[in-house]
Amino acid sequence: MNFHGFAVVWSERDLILRGLLLTLEIVAISSVLAGILGLTVFWSLVQGGPAIARLVKAVIDVVRSVPFMLLCYLIYYGLPSLNVTLDNFTAGVTALTLYNAAYVAELLRGAWKAQPPEAAEAARALGFHGWGLLTRIVLPPVVLDAVPMLGNQMIQVIKDSAFLVIITVQELTYAANEIQATYYVPFASFICAILLYWMLCLGVEGGVRGLLRVAEVRR
Amino acid sequence: MGAIDYLALLAGAGNTIAISAIAIVLGSPLGLMLALIRWAKVPGLDGPVAILVSLLRATPSVTLMLLVYFALPVLGLELPRVAAAVATLALGSMAYNCEIWRGALLAFPKDQLDAAKALGMRRNLRLHHIILPQLVRSALPALVNEMTLLIKVSPAIAVIGVTDVTRAAVRIGASTYQPVPPFTAALAIYLVIIGALVLAQRLFENRQLTRNAA
Repeated sequence: MNFHGFAVVWSERDLILRGLLLTLEIVAISSVLAGILGLTVFWSLVQGGPAIARLVKAVIDVVRSVPFMLLCYLIYYGLPSLNVTLDNFTAGVTALTLYNAAYVAELLRGAWKAQPPEAAEAARALGFHGWGLLTRIVLPPVVLDAVPMLGNQMIQVIKDSAFLVIITVQELTYAANEIQATYYVPFASFICAILLYWMLCLGVEGGVRGLLRVAEVRR
Repeated sequence: MGAIDYLALLAGAGNTIAISAIAIVLGSPLGLMLALIRWAKVPGLDGPVAILVSLLRATPSVTLMLLVYFALPVLGLELPRVAAAVATLALGSMAYNCEIWRGALLAFPKDQLDAAKALGMRRNLRLHHIILPQLVRSALPALVNEMTLLIKVSPAIAVIGVTDVTRAAVRIGASTYQPVPPFTAALAIYLVIIGALVLAQRLFENRQLTRNAA
């Protein structure tokens, strides 16, 4: 084991840091957008008739059976055929959002089905509907129950974001690969990237635990 | 897209399936081994295994792929592309499988083990005749789920130039200047592979159910 490689990576820490920040930015934007989109799909599943529910479920099932990298290619290289051209960052965020929104919708549906139906029925009878029903009655217990799984999904977003290296988004893996290619220190540069990904994932896990503890105290 | 292109996609599918299958065959037992180490709390190994599994589970497949492919030669181990691809997928699969097996082990009813001990069964015998048969059945849904996840990250092997379905599609798209048809065909192929896995799992579970009922 030589430490020369790690010294080289340290001297290029700005590059790594920029990659890490871009990864964080991508993960943050995609997670928020996927959350909103997933919530919308979930709500259309709950509110809509059986036809809508079947259609949405079919779309969710297809998205969940497709490799993320393929979706990435399809959006980046395929959309220009339909005269929609996205730059690589936008294409990457779009792919991450669409892919993970399907999972979020499915997670929320699962958590919703596990809830007793009486609360929503009682709220409806008391005149709750639409936005008020969603945000005050339906979502609080559903989201609380889904927090650990939503955290896992966010870890998935972090890991999937590395695939964006194939459409040359300059995120963490791209930065590590740059350093590897310039100085030929593959071991040190990729190990550093992997350790940083690990820190991010441990951070999410810690955040989930913290949230659950706060929820437990306030309950 | 001509007939040759479809053949190229099918050849890619063959590679995806073969490499994923080998990775699963290697990753599952390795995962079981790690799970047994953690379950038995083997001193000196328990901690490092826990750290390794946590690290691997947080590692993106592409990054791990690049590490294995570029770093191993530096450490003096020259691997052909396909071997690096198998090793990467197997490592990821091993980490996920470890958690699945460990979950199943922790949920295993203790009274059965106590009964086996009371009857004088040795540890190996208990493992082979009491634990493993039931473990496989209870862990199966999660294991199949992990196999579908493995196939979904398998395009990472295209990054180092292994011609799987995704890479075949990229090549066809680049040479015909029409990326949508090959990508759509590739999408259909993945749907079939993953659908077949899920179907096989359902058939297996149904057979188990009827066998248990009989």
